[in-house]
Amino acid sequence: MYKNLLDFILGYIPKTLTYIFLIFSSSLSYGAGEKLDYPKLDWSFLGLTGTFDRASQQRGLQVYKEVCSGCHGLRLLAYRNLKAIGYNDDEIKAFASENSVDSFNDDGEVVEREARPSDKFVSPYPNEQAARAANGGAYPPDLSLIIKARSDGANYLHALLTGYVDAPAEQKVPDGMYFNKYYPGKLIGMPQPLYEDGVEYADGTKATPDQMAKDVTAFLAWASEPEMEDRKRLGISVILFLLVLTILSYLAMKQIWAPIKNR
Amino acid sequence: MSKAKFKNPVVKWIDHRLPIFSFMDHELNHYPTPKNLNYFWNFGSLAGIALVTMIITGIVLSMNYTAHVDYAFDSVERIMRDVNHGWLIRYIHMNGASFFFIVVYIHIFRGLYYGSYKAPRELLWILGVLILLLMMATAFMGYVLPWGQMSFWGATVITNLFSAIPLVGESIVTWLWGGFSVDNSTLNRFFSLHFVLPFVIVGVVILHLVALHRFGSNNPIGIDVKGSQDTLPFNPYYTIKDLFGLGVFLTIFAAAVFFFPNFMGHPDNYIEANPMVTPAHIVPEWYFLPFYAILRAIPDKLGGVLFMFGSIAVLFVLPWLDRSPVRSSQFRPIFKIFFWILLLDCILLGYLGAMPAEGIYVILSRIATAYYFFHFLVLFPLLPYIEKTKPLPISISEPVLSGGATASAFAAREKK
Repeated sequence: MYKNLLDFILGYIPKTLTYIFLIFSSSLSYGAGEKLDYPKLDWSFLGLTGTFDRASQQRGLQVYKEVCSGCHGLRLLAYRNLKAIGYNDDEIKAFASENSVDSFNDDGEVVEREARPSDKFVSPYPNEQAARAANGGAYPPDLSLIIKARSDGANYLHALLTGYVDAPAEQKVPDGMYFNKYYPGKLIGMPQPLYEDGVEYADGTKATPDQMAKDVTAFLAWASEPEMEDRKRLGISVILFLLVLTILSYLAMKQIWAPIKNR
Repeated sequence: MSKAKFKNPVVKWIDHRLPIFSFMDHELNHYPTPKNLNYFWNFGSLAGIALVTMIITGIVLSMNYTAHVDYAFDSVERIMRDVNHGWLIRYIHMNGASFFFIVVYIHIFRGLYYGSYKAPRELLWILGVLILLLMMATAFMGYVLPWGQMSFWGATVITNLFSAIPLVGESIVTWLWGGFSVDNSTLNRFFSLHFVLPFVIVGVVILHLVALHRFGSNNPIGIDVKGSQDTLPFNPYYTIKDLFGLGVFLTIFAAAVFFFPNFMGHPDNYIEANPMVTPAHIVPEWYFLPFYAILRAIPDKLGGVLFMFGSIAVLFVLPWLDRSPVRSSQFRPIFKIFFWILLLDCILLGYLGAMPAEGIYVILSRIATAYYFFHFLVLFPLLPYIEKTKPLPISISEPVLSGGATASAFAAREKK
């Protein structure tokens, strides 16, 4: 009961505010840019008490690993961080060890070793030039902060991943470019990444492109803001404390000023 | 300074040799404050608390920050991800800048509305404008430190403004950069200056307070304190009122820090700086937008720069532009209307600063800029000749004592 009431009060007001803010801020930042009307989804991590959906995050990690990581890095995230989305030490060790990183041996020679949980996610290319060379000149951006680095990031990413449609007749699509109705400018260097059953989910969830887009977005939203759940939890305590302090100081103020006001 | 009586022998001993306790007693405890201050007078102390908050969080951040083009962005992300509660410290600092400006802008407009800049408080006002200038420089350089796209391109655009200066402009820009583009040496000096300027601000704030305590606060009626019946000791009356105001402020601040930490930021600043890629729209932080709009409203580069700095310069001479002897807008019916027009004009300029410089936005920017200067340079000096001010009350305590009767009602009663 208490939880529901709190969710209602704390959940809906900020959600509404978030939308107002988003509309306001996007109109502020991008007054002239063309308006791309992508669907606004009801993500579990919105609102004052919103949290990430663990199962969806784990499926999202699988999508990242099997689809995105071929071209996109996640360099700010360490393998050990995966503990936060529900993996144990052994699983993380095994996950990390599938990658290799350069190291030095005692003779100063460069050797490859298995990645450890303390290593950052290994990027698919050694540098930007190599990434561009392998992708026809286009640079697949690192995804560590992608949700925070785009206006209304979660909705944008989900829309982009599901926005591949046939180009209208009047639209010329050059070689190595693809038509995406949600990409600014409509022509994107990334081929459609998500197809029906592109991955096989361990938990039996049907891997539709929309489902995979949602899952990988949930995973990347966490990668952008790994502190979000802690932040909101602490925020509620801090604000409740401040409200009590404010009310008490208001009452004290009224009492102290009473003789002056009533004189 | 009246000697206070202290019971504690140690305090007594120290105070006899170094009268810091007498000083604090005099300036913080008994300090006579007009009894009719409204909530707009809370914003001075809030600004002081915001400054202290920024300095404390800033020092902690600097312990974990690396001022180098290759590491700055990642070191900020390390603060966000790996430093214990680093995200909290950084979000407080990041949003604290915005809230500091919100508080200071309200503080300034309060001064404008109630004529707090008039004699004998001209220097108090001028020191305040100086604090604003220092804050703007500090905030601008602070925004460069995370080395995101907006950091880099904002720094490029703003430092390039100095190239508009005839003859020596280009050399000045090279000198500011410490090279031939915004690069590592620029980042290093900005970090250094961003660290030291807040302490300069503290110095000017102390002078601001010394000047304030010379004649005490102005008040909503804007007439001088006539005697002790018009004042209350600062403690407990205004300490408790400031505490209540602080509670409200912190609650709103916390809501931003914990639930909308990136609302006032720009998403592009989470992309690492890249000199080869220019963002679609280079937009400064929101608190610079009105000035940015003035800059772009003028079709000439040097003219734009002059008008932008001029918009602050007029504030320095404001005490001599406004020739009316009446301070408070409550007794200046025409001035009051124009005050609200000025406020709307500044908000409009802020909106226009965020819009691209094209079409209707350019025209509106020019009108709003013209009004801004018209307001200060024409309206302020001329208004006293046209405006018929309302009669002033005799003292502060009269309307307050008569149970909250308005000043004009009091004045009407006087006429009978």
